[in-house]
Order: sequence, then C-alpha cells, then structure tokens
Amino acid sequence: MVIAQSHPVASPRDPAAGAGAGAGAGTRLEAVDVSHRFDLHGEPLPVLEHIDLTVEPGEFVALLGPSGCGKSTLLRLVAGLDLPTEGELWVDGRRIEGPDPSRVVVFQDPTLYPWRTVWRNAALGPEAQGILRQQRGRIEDVLRLVGLSTFAKAYPHQLSGGMAQRAALARALVNEPSLLILDEPLGKLDSLTRITMQSELVSLWQRSGFTALLVTHDVEEALYLAQRVVVLSDRPARIKAEIVNERPYPRRRGDPYLTELRHRVLAELGLDATW
Amino acid sequence: MTNPTFEDVAVAPPRGAIPTVRSPVDRSAPSGLVGLLAAATWLAAAGTIRYWPDVPEVSWDRTEEFALLLAAGASTIAVLTIAAQWLAPLRRVRSAAPWLVVIGLIFAVWEVATAKTAVLPMPFFPPPQAIFEVLIDDHKRLLDCVLASGKLLAGGYVIGATLGFVAGVAIGWSVKAGYWIHPILRFIGPLPATAWLPLAFFVFPTSLSASTFLIALATGFPVTVLTWSGVAGVNSTYYDVGRTLGASSRFLVFKVAIPAAMPYVFVGLFMGLGNSFAVLVVAEMLGVKSGLGWYLQWSQGWAAYANMYTALFIMALVCSGLITLLFRVRDSLLSWQKGLVKW
Ligand SMILES: Nc1ncnc2c1ncn2[C@@H]1O[C@H](COP(=O)(O)OP(=O)(O)OP(=O)(O)O)[C@@H](O)[C@H]1O
Ligand SMILES: [Mg+2]
Repeated sequence: MVIAQSHPVASPRDPAAGAGAGAGAGTRLEAVDVSHRFDLHGEPLPVLEHIDLTVEPGEFVALLGPSGCGKSTLLRLVAGLDLPTEGELWVDGRRIEGPDPSRVVVFQDPTLYPWRTVWRNAALGPEAQGILRQQRGRIEDVLRLVGLSTFAKAYPHQLSGGMAQRAALARALVNEPSLLILDEPLGKLDSLTRITMQSELVSLWQRSGFTALLVTHDVEEALYLAQRVVVLSDRPARIKAEIVNERPYPRRRGDPYLTELRHRVLAELGLDATW
Repeated sequence: MTNPTFEDVAVAPPRGAIPTVRSPVDRSAPSGLVGLLAAATWLAAAGTIRYWPDVPEVSWDRTEEFALLLAAGASTIAVLTIAAQWLAPLRRVRSAAPWLVVIGLIFAVWEVATAKTAVLPMPFFPPPQAIFEVLIDDHKRLLDCVLASGKLLAGGYVIGATLGFVAGVAIGWSVKAGYWIHPILRFIGPLPATAWLPLAFFVFPTSLSASTFLIALATGFPVTVLTWSGVAGVNSTYYDVGRTLGASSRFLVFKVAIPAAMPYVFVGLFMGLGNSFAVLVVAEMLGVKSGLGWYLQWSQGWAAYANMYTALFIMALVCSGLITLLFRVRDSLLSWQKGLVKW
C-alpha cells in the first residue's frame, strides 16, 4: 500500500473498476446485533439498538443520523475504545476487544497534543508503537500530502482550524490504517476547505484502498464520498435505511442522480417537507 | 488533470516561515532625560552622604566608600544613557531609568532620615552605609550562611518536589494509589509543615535531616495536589487518541498525562517554593544553627540591626532569584503554551 507518494497518481483509477477495491488492503468490518447502553444518573440510556452492519474490504460507508443518536458511540465501539453492552464486532474474522493502530479514528475535534509540534503529533503512532526510527521519511511524506510540510515545526495553536484537522488526518494516515474511522472530520471547516478536503479524501482512499467508515451531518457530503449511506434513527439508533450510491468516482457535485438520492435520504430522515 | 493536493488550494505559507507570535505590548522606552535624572539623583544621594555631617553620637567606617560607590553608579547610569543614544542593545537601560530615579531618591531620603538627622531612632534604623559596611566586613559569614541555606533548601525542595510529583501522578493515574494516598493527603496535607517542627527535631537524628524533612513536606503537599489535579484533568480524548494509535499505558503516562499536566505541576512547584522559604527560615531559627534564618536571629540577639537588614536584603535577593529561575525553567519547558494562555 502506498499512500504517501511525493507525486500524486497521475490519472485516477479506472472509474468502472469500483473505487478503492483494487488494493485489497482494507478490512472487512462486521457488527452483529450490537446494542449499547450508557448509564445516565443511574438510569440506563439505550443508545444503540440491534445494529447489524457489514462493511466490505475497501468500501466507503457513511453513517447519517440526527444529532445525539449514537453515531460517535458506534464509532468508538468499532475503534475498540469501548465494548458494546450486547452483540459483537468483528474485523477480518477477529473480534474487536480493544483499540488497534490498524483502525485509526479521526475525531470530531482535531485533538492534537498542544505540547507537540505538528511533526511530533503526526509521529505519535509510530512513536507509541516504537517504530519511529523506520518511519521518519513516511511522516514527512504524509505531511507533504496534507500540505503541512512547511508547518512541521509549528505548534497546534499556530494552525488554523482546517490545518489542524489536516494534521489530525496526517496523524491517522501515518499508520497506514486498514480501516479509517472518520467522525465528522470536516464538520468544523469552512465550505471551501471542506470541498477540497472531500476531494482529497476520495483520492486518498482510492490510492490506498483502506475501508472507510465516515460519520457526517451533511447529506451532500455523504453522497459525494460514500458508496453506501446508512441512515440511523433517532436515539436509540437503529438502522433505518441503506442507500447504495452506484456512481463511479470522481463524482460531480451537480450530478442529478446525487440530487435524487439526496431527496431519498432526506425523506428517510423525515426532513423532506422542505424539499 | 492530476489529483489536486491540499497545497494547491490551501493558502500556502511563505516557505520555511512559521509565524511567531509577537507580544502586542511594545511600550516606548522613556527618553534619555529620565536616565540623566536618575544619574542626578544618585549623585545627589552620594553628595548628601559625603558632605552632610553625621549626627554626633555615632559614626560609620565606610561612609566615604559608600558615597563613592553611589557616585560611580551615577556616572555609569549617565554613560550608559548617553551611549544608548547610539547603541541599540543598551536601550534596555532606559526602561529601568524610572526605577533608578526612585532608588536614588530612596537612598537620599533614607540617609537624611537616619545618619544625618536621626529622625528614625538610631540603633533600630541604620543608614545605608551601615548595610554596606556589613556586606563588606561580614561577607565571609554571610556567604557561609547563603551556602548553608541553599544546601538545606535545595535538598528539601528537590526531595519534596520529586516525591510530590510521583505521588501526584500516581494518584491521578491509578485508582488504587488514589485509594491509599488520597486520605493521607487529605488528613495530613493541610497541617502547616511548621507544626511538625517539635516532633521532627525530636525524631530525626540531626537538625539538618529534620529541617530537610520539613522543607520536603512543605514543598511536597502543593506539588502533589496540583500534579494530581493536572493529571486527573487531562482531556480524556487525548488518551483515546493515544490508545487508538497503539500506545501502551506507560506511553500514556509519560508521553500524554505528564506533559499535559505540566502547567499545573509548575503552579505546584511555585507554591512549594514559597512554602519552602517559610519553613527554611523557621527551621534555621529554631533548629539548625546556620543559614540566613539563623543569622537573622543571631544579629537580632546582639542588637546588630544593620546585620539583620543585610540578611533580609540577601534573603529577598536569593528568594526572588530562585523564583525567577523557576520561571525561566517553566518558560523553556512550556514554550508551547505561549499564545494559548496569557503568558
Ligand atoms: N460517556 C457517556 N455517558 C453517558 N451518556 C453518553 C456518553 N457518551 C454519549 N452519551 C449519550 O449517548 C448519546 C449518543 O451520543 P453520541 O456522541 O454517540 O451522539 P452522536 O450521534 O455522535 O451525536 P452528534 O452527531 O451530535 O455528534 C447522547 O445522547 C449522549 O448523551
Ligand atoms: Mg458525534
């Protein structure tokens, strides 16, 4: 797998081949009847209910749902940061019992360590795994890829919001994840940076072939990026609908097919009155 | 078309240039006139000391030398002020100029109120040249005292800060450590370290070890509490990030919890240093027969008030020097905080 070429691949992958499928580096993710409850003031708060979800290797799946329904919770379970109250999660036939650097999360906030420079933040994974020495070149490559090489020595507070989010993305990509978990990674960006980052995410994913699980509030973003959009209900979250988007990449934002899908997704979310 | 990279669209910074934050406060330094005024006040103080006759009852050995010293100070200030006109690095003198004026005035007023008119009663309020005399004539003993105090303080402070830091991290990190250490801390911590004094001098074999213990105790409590709250207050997503990237708990403690808690640790170190000064002086007065605290006590016993003021002066110098040093250490270790908090 090669993510961090100094020169981007000249021509995008053959659109007909189905993006991301080629590299075969992605993992297969399976959630089997997953339910999760929190404890709120002594009362059980059911957040996820009977989630059955399979994500094929190299697939790009987006999760959409109302605020507070449990999307981040599901991602935490997939990352192995929490264990589900009921049900099981599997990657490539192995049960998820804890976090693993092959499943990296890009959190809702950049969560960079303020006491580390951008370079040292990006180096976090290799350093934690004790393989920093072999990976030095790679960190530089990834920083170049996200356009932050000139800011390698800057501290997080010296970055703009978009740059910080790109640094967080670099920190994840350095680990060559086979499953990239994205929790509204672009949520706080301005719309221009956002559009750029979306295109860049797609080409990254196409080049590397990881499996991607993305949470977003933005229906358009979900449809532009993902091959499948999973719509969750209000809390406790169940899977309400799955909408497959067959459009090949690169996609065009003005595509009438995407507009039509958007209508369908909004209808599933109960928001089509404004259509 | 090739894939667009972020760099194409994102506003590219000038190569190699990382924007540095500049302090918005850039007070224009006082003009050279203030510097010359400072020189004038120092010269006036020197003249007062040299030519105004002392009250008849007492006399001091080094009046002349002290006057000369002030005069030398006056000419140095004048020369630097004038040279700063052309030499930019000397401009810093100018920002000190208003204070130098005040210091010159203080010397003059102090001298007149004591040696020249005895408005302030004599043995209790020595003139500046008396302090100067002590500094020169008793410098050997003073130096010994500074070294003795320094050794005692350093030993107690380093032990207290180290143990406090370790205990704080342990409580903040491990539930088990918290279970055992926290109640002890709650119960014993608020007790002023000096309350242990009688017991300590009785239990420990030497007064030095007893004092070291007391200073360590006084330092350790705030360091423990603040390190603990620093570690306990670390944003839990920092740990989530670390864990998903394959960090061991060792890594989480040393590379996440501790660096994140450092700003708090330093607050504890500052409080501990203040406490340790207080305990040091008391311990030296009551137990160890050396050090600046002891010198204070001793000079008071002999009614040698000039010696007492000298010791106070040196003590202030040493304490503020140590605080400044700790600030320097903090500034270099926590430089990442610049721009995050009001520095
Ligand atoms: N540690 C926790 N303890 C108790 N309740 C929690 C905890 N974490 C989350 N919750 C609750 O679980 C529900 C789902 O939270 P979650 O963060 O998964 O929502 P979300 O779908 O990601 O929302 P958003 O889109 O606004 O980010 C919320 O009602 C929240 O209050
Ligand atoms: Mg969320």
